[in-house]
Parts: sequence; C-alpha cells; structure tokens
Amino acid sequence: MNTASTISKYSPFNVYATEAKLEFIRMLRMPMFALPALVFPAMFYTLFGVLMGSGKTEMSTYMLATYSIFGVMGPGLFGFGVSVAMEKDRGWLKWRRAVPALPGAYFVSKMVMALIFAFIIFVELALLAGTLGGVHLAATQWLLLLVISLLSSLPFCAMGLVIGTLVNGQAAPAVVNFIYLPMAFLSGLWLPISMLPKFLGKIAPIWPSYHASQIALKVIGNDLGVPLWQHIAYLAAFTLVMLWLAVTFWSRMKLK
Amino acid sequence: MCDSQNTITTLARLENVGKRYGNVTALNGLNLSVNTGEILALLGPNGAGKTTAVSLLLNLIEADSGKVSLFDQDPQELSARQRIGVMLQSAELPETLRVSELIELTQSYYPLPRDLKELAEMAAITDLLKRPYGKLSGGQQRRVQFAMAICAKVEILFLDEPTVGLDIEAREAMWVSLRKLVAEGCSIVLTTHYLEEAEALANRVIVIAQGSVIAEGSVESIRSRVAMRRIRCVSSLNITDIKQWPNIDSVGYDGEYLTIQTMDVESVTRRLLSEDHALQQLEIKRAGLAEAFVELTKEQA
Repeated sequence: MNTASTISKYSPFNVYATEAKLEFIRMLRMPMFALPALVFPAMFYTLFGVLMGSGKTEMSTYMLATYSIFGVMGPGLFGFGVSVAMEKDRGWLKWRRAVPALPGAYFVSKMVMALIFAFIIFVELALLAGTLGGVHLAATQWLLLLVISLLSSLPFCAMGLVIGTLVNGQAAPAVVNFIYLPMAFLSGLWLPISMLPKFLGKIAPIWPSYHASQIALKVIGNDLGVPLWQHIAYLAAFTLVMLWLAVTFWSRMKLK
Repeated sequence: MCDSQNTITTLARLENVGKRYGNVTALNGLNLSVNTGEILALLGPNGAGKTTAVSLLLNLIEADSGKVSLFDQDPQELSARQRIGVMLQSAELPETLRVSELIELTQSYYPLPRDLKELAEMAAITDLLKRPYGKLSGGQQRRVQFAMAICAKVEILFLDEPTVGLDIEAREAMWVSLRKLVAEGCSIVLTTHYLEEAEALANRVIVIAQGSVIAEGSVESIRSRVAMRRIRCVSSLNITDIKQWPNIDSVGYDGEYLTIQTMDVESVTRRLLSEDHALQQLEIKRAGLAEAFVELTKEQA
C-alpha cells in the first residue's frame, strides 16, 4: 500500500507524553474530580489551619504538613480508583487493548496526572500558609515538604488502582470516599493525633497516611519521634502489597 | 502499487478455533481468513459467534484451541496491531476530551498517521474537531469513532456495526469512505446486521451460526445458494388452487398483487400465463441477501 506520504514520528516517548498530557487535561475538565481535589484541601486548611488557630503560627505550620498529605492523597485515590473502575466498565480499556496503545502508558499517565495535581495542591497550601498563616520555613524545608508530598501520593495511586480493579464504576466514588475521609481523620491529618481519643491514636500506625504525615512533620520537628526508616519501610511495603494486589486483580478483571 | 488481480494474500486468520464461555460453546472449530483489499462481511444471528471471532483477532480474548494470527503474528504483538484500525460497537470515550484530542491520542499509537484535514473530511467531522466528545449526539460520536479507526494508514479495518445510529445520509457517506479506503489497498472486516449494508459493500460474506461458518462466498454466490424466487403479478386465479400446484412454497396477497414463492419459477410462470390470459404486471425476483440469510440460518437450526 501507499505509505510514503506521511513521515513517521512514532516514538514510545511521544505516546507516553501525549497520554499524560491528555489525562491531565481530561481530569482537569472534570468538575467532579478537579473541584474537590483542588479546592477542599485549601478550604479545610484555611478553616482549620489558619482561621481556627488564628495567630498561632505553630498550629498553621503543623497543619500545613498534615493537610499537604491529605491533599495529595485525593488525586491518587480518585484518579486511579474512580477512573479505572469506570474505564473498565465503559469499554475504554477494551478499546485500548484492541488498538496499539502502550499498556504502561495507561498507568504512567494517571500517575503523572496525580503528581501534577499534587504539585498544584501543595503550592496552594504553601501560598496560604506563607501569607494568611504566617508560616516561616527555610527554603530547604519548603522543598522537602514538596518532595515528601509528591512521593506520598504514590502509595495512594497504588491503593486507588486496587480499588479501581475491584469495584464497579458506579460504586467507586462512594468506596473511595469511604476509605479516604475516615483514613485521613484517623491518621491525624485533620486534627493532631494527640487530640484524638487514645485508642484511635494507638491504632493510627496501621494507616499509610499516618506514616506519610509523620515524615512530613519531621521536616518541621513536630513528629512523634518514630525513626524515619520505619515510616519509609511501612510505605514501601504498603505500596508493594498494593501493586501485587493490583496485578493479581487486573489479570482477572472482566472488561465490558 | 502491485497488481491485485493475482496477488491474494491472507492478512489475518482463524484456524480451527474453539472458544467456550463456561458451558456455552461460542466458537466450534471456526476457520476464517481476511485477504488483501477485500471487504469481508461477517453475518449471523445474535450470539452466533461473530463478535467472539473478531474479538480474538483484536486481542480482546484468547482462544481455547486453534490458531489466531494477525499478519502472521500473535494479535498481542503491538507491531501487528499497529497495522489495524478498530471501531468497536460500544466503547464510551473520555467525555471531556475534544474530538481533536481523541484523534491526537489515537494517532500517537501509529507509525503512519493520516493528515488531520484529510482524515476529518473522510469521516465528516471537520466541524466537530473543537467540541468535547461528551457533548456530541450519538451519530456524531459514531463518526468520531470511525475517524479514530481510520486515523492512520492501516492494512485491515475492523468495524463492528459501524453505521448503527447514523442517518441515511451519514451512512452513505461512510460507505463512500469505505470504498475509498479499499481502493487505497485497505481490507475491511465488517460485522453488521444491516444486510443491505453487506450487500452494498462486501466482496465476500461469511455467515456464522452456532460457532462455525455455514456459508462463505460472494454476495452473489450466497444468494444463489437459495434457489427460492418470488413471483408477483395481478391475477384473478384462486389462491387455494395455486397452493395445490407442485413446488409452491407459499402464496399470498400483497395489496392487489398475488405473490408466490417457489423453487421452480419457470414452470410456475408458464402455468400462470396459460391459466390466466388476463394476467398483468408480471414480476420475478430472486431472493435478496436478507432472504438467503434467513433460509441459511433456518437450515442450520
């Protein structure tokens, strides 16, 4: 056949870049996803971290660390959990299998999307903290908090993927919310652990978000004193288990 | 480029393929091949195995037995799928992406994307490019899915019920594009339940029933397998008398017209003319693909 007319610009990198760009644009245009993700963390931080503790810079600094983790969990959990569940039900994953899409690009594009959202959410919180909250941190502390926030979104991407492979598209938003919000509360992201009932404080280490927030709190010297490596080990193990589950469920998944 | 008269090559093939879903046998030793430059229509009642057969070639399911090959490769191979275009029956695409973005995405998968302007004209979506997919009507969405299927230069196009939801004008425009693609050297595998679509487009028809091929050939040859023909005329002869004649399949009235279905149209016509000298408006029609299809699948059941 006549194929000489178009010069090929095919490259796997271009496939990944196009997928990632369009995944971000697609989610940004979806109010059901973008509004809660981009507005709620900033709104809660303003209410609880800035207004409630009015004038108490220490409180605003503490809450900056915990609300950053709260914020970056959302895009990972919803971006994977809800969209994978819907896409397997609605034929998008089926179409992707038939056309020469790159399977890896599906996951990488969602991860990049979650990281970009996480970055925007952190910047929002940092701006609110630095202005209204009167938070003063060294440049390295800001940078560390940013890096920790971005990395912390990854275990929740993996968790979202597990949810997405298991539940159907209609149930997914409720399931994710049912996990996300209680887990955030129980990990001391909304209120410091010391203010939670003793029992809840004791079981907080079972939640991945507890460990992420403790790492973030280390940057401002406000954590509970558990060695850093323990938090990192927990999160690494949690992520691996989630990925293992996701791979297992993915291969059994029924595409519609 | 090459003389297509005597270079028929098989591009895709199912050889003695079996597929079961639990206790249900979907395919039972099915053989099927897709050749260069043809429009192949797969016909069959619902649940006959058409979709299963196509799904095997599209990497959507795996065969339990037999061999599935696409360009002599496993359909799992990316390089094989880069040579096919696909339009599925029920894919919901991301609603917040604009049409041009969906096409950009699909084109990124292929080594030989088509020029966007040419593509938009072929699929009649030039005025839709800027619009979000979710805001389009069903027929417009179908045209976009068609554009995504032909967004690159491919060797086989798989179209599952491509014209469902299209108005007559849009359907005929798609037919024109399909004929153009075949002239370019592309082969098309069409599953459709519009028999007139198969009749208008296909060079070759495969009728599938209960998981295997029950008839295969040109539209002509499939039709001629059914010897039944229909006579229509205005006559004063009595229906109950005609029913007693030999080789009469059925007799009835269609308005003022007398209609007779028969295997032996010549003898019946001769007798009609000799018994009714006032007979008028005589018409004899061969069975269409639709009638042939009904007959073939009836024999099978």
